[in-house]
Amino acid sequence: MASEDDINNAIMAIRRNGVALKGNIETNHNLPPSYKSRNNLLRTTLDLYANVMHCQSLPGVRTRHRNIDIMIIRENTEGEYSSLEHENVPGVVECLKIITKTKSLRIADYAFRTARAKGRRRVTAVHKANIMKLGDGLFLECCKEVACGYPEISFDSMIVDNTSMQLVSRPQQFDVMVMPNLYGNIVSNVCAGLVGGPGLVPGANYGEDYAVFETGTRNTGKSIANRNSANPTAMLLASCLLLDHLRLHAYASMIRRAILSTVTETRLHTADLGGQGSTSDVVQSIMNAIQSTGPQTLSI
Amino acid sequence: MAGKAWRSAILNLLRNWGVWLGPKDKLKPQEVTWVAGTVKREPPQPRIFTRGMQTVTLIPGDGIGPEISSAVMKIFEAAKAPIQWEERNVTAIQGPGGKWMIPPEAKESMNRNKIGLKGPLKTPIAAGHPSMNLLLRKTFDLYANVRPCVSIEGYQTPYTDVNLVTIRENTEGEYSGIEHVIVDGVVQSIKLITEQASQRIAEYAFEYARNNQRASVTAVHKANIMRMSDGLFLRKCREAAEKHKDVKFTEMYLDTVCLNMVQDPTQFDVLVMPNLYGDILSDLCAGLIGGLGVTPSGNIGANGVAIFESVHGTAPDIAGKDMANPTALLLSAVMMLRHMGLHGYAKKIESGCFDTIRDKKVLTKDLGGNSKCSEFTEAICQRVRDMN
Repeated sequence: MASEDDINNAIMAIRRNGVALKGNIETNHNLPPSYKSRNNLLRTTLDLYANVMHCQSLPGVRTRHRNIDIMIIRENTEGEYSSLEHENVPGVVECLKIITKTKSLRIADYAFRTARAKGRRRVTAVHKANIMKLGDGLFLECCKEVACGYPEISFDSMIVDNTSMQLVSRPQQFDVMVMPNLYGNIVSNVCAGLVGGPGLVPGANYGEDYAVFETGTRNTGKSIANRNSANPTAMLLASCLLLDHLRLHAYASMIRRAILSTVTETRLHTADLGGQGSTSDVVQSIMNAIQSTGPQTLSI
Repeated sequence: MAGKAWRSAILNLLRNWGVWLGPKDKLKPQEVTWVAGTVKREPPQPRIFTRGMQTVTLIPGDGIGPEISSAVMKIFEAAKAPIQWEERNVTAIQGPGGKWMIPPEAKESMNRNKIGLKGPLKTPIAAGHPSMNLLLRKTFDLYANVRPCVSIEGYQTPYTDVNLVTIRENTEGEYSGIEHVIVDGVVQSIKLITEQASQRIAEYAFEYARNNQRASVTAVHKANIMRMSDGLFLRKCREAAEKHKDVKFTEMYLDTVCLNMVQDPTQFDVLVMPNLYGDILSDLCAGLIGGLGVTPSGNIGANGVAIFESVHGTAPDIAGKDMANPTALLLSAVMMLRHMGLHGYAKKIESGCFDTIRDKKVLTKDLGGNSKCSEFTEAICQRVRDMN
């Protein structure tokens, strides 16, 4: 993705098709601020306001904590990622964090709707309103307001530093979590690490009209590229989410079942899970599982 | 500092060490430079105390503060540590002009002694004054918050072998407190990053690494998104790294650090970062070793001031019931001893504390035992006395 045109073409293509499967685009942070992060540009242009990551403990993957089932809903377009910075005086830089009522209400509503749809019982808002009284205070107010409209779902809030501490000691206490952009970045990475790492968790970015699916923790994995050792699970599970979004549930379940049965096979674990399996072995195993148990699609 | 200020600083330093230069102190610039050069090349020496005792300002705090402070004093006495305590209260008072400030006796004591130990402080909600911690930070320009997180053998957590230090910039960043309502429903919070503060914290991080034999420093940032602000922070870290080539320097995105921290915390050594990331990551690391009840913390300020504190709350529900756990304050006091160069006493007291916890016979309730605070303290005192 070298030039402006490339990213604009990609955005246009997504507008036409409505859905996309995306890998992470590297941002060279040594370039001047005029060169914006392509990933961020895509998210804000298409107004993909909700980033959803469902972290679940998987059987067959050894982690320090068990029985984790957390759904993280992160505001994806404003907050600290507004990319509004200026240097008024040399050596003094201001970076603006923007919180708006509209977007906060929107993400809170998305969180509660999703919780209701999936039968989840509790939503926790993560914030730092004791310090950022106006900004995070507004976010919290909006969440409280929306919570009133969903009486069957219990709502509470937690300060972000306490949240991180609780996540590494007792992650089982969390159900659905909703938060602004930066805290979402931190919490989703912590949760992904708790359930087994970046190779396992898919992520979804939903907007009003478009949806883009990717790996949950958005890594480029530069250091392990081209070695046939990357874990394809996260991307494959993301593609299942895409199929679900397109209402092709039968295909989604079929592929997901095959993926989860492969992930429990310890001998096929890739390096990130402590094994020595290769990417191609994992993919082959999933294909075999699909072919042996799935429907005969050629008969359609 | 330049010229006269530097010269008087050197002269004061020499006088403190009992060296008097001539009747009129007319020194040539070269002589001052020579002395300064010699001083700089000395490896860090323990401070030479004229009477053998160093006075430290003690701020017991609220809630369980007084009981854990007295526990620490008892243990220090058992260890025969050369520390004299000067107790002060820091409840905010309103000065002339209505500005909130800490009592002048506390300020004077701190400025004189330079080293302080502080228990938990409560911030009353409707008192009208800013948080006490914020007031202390502003009064003494406490720019670095240092939290060493080491796994405590005997206090089991899912993470073993954690041994890292988080150094957090404590004055600016996202916590500058500058917020505005632009129009109804749109709020702007300003994250401030300055060259001076970033340079100061970066230099401190490398100094700390060097003085404590740490191998590497990692700068944590999000410069891919916050290009200018975190970019400036990163540049200053790189510059400090150039001046300290004996310490390895790496940079890592905040999300990558979080991801790797919960999977394998042993890969991290010293982490340096701006305010918000530091707040969250230092609490995350505290969670790895067992929570705020066992985590020490130190705040380094300008002019050589350093205040060590326990970062847990005042626990009003168990205050006065002899149930509190003094470990966090004790480990902060140990950190203070190391800062002062009293490594022998630090090791003695720390071993006493860790051995008691490892033994599991006398533990306070939060550590999984049934003993009282006084029993736990006495167990540590006994071990320390045996080591004398």
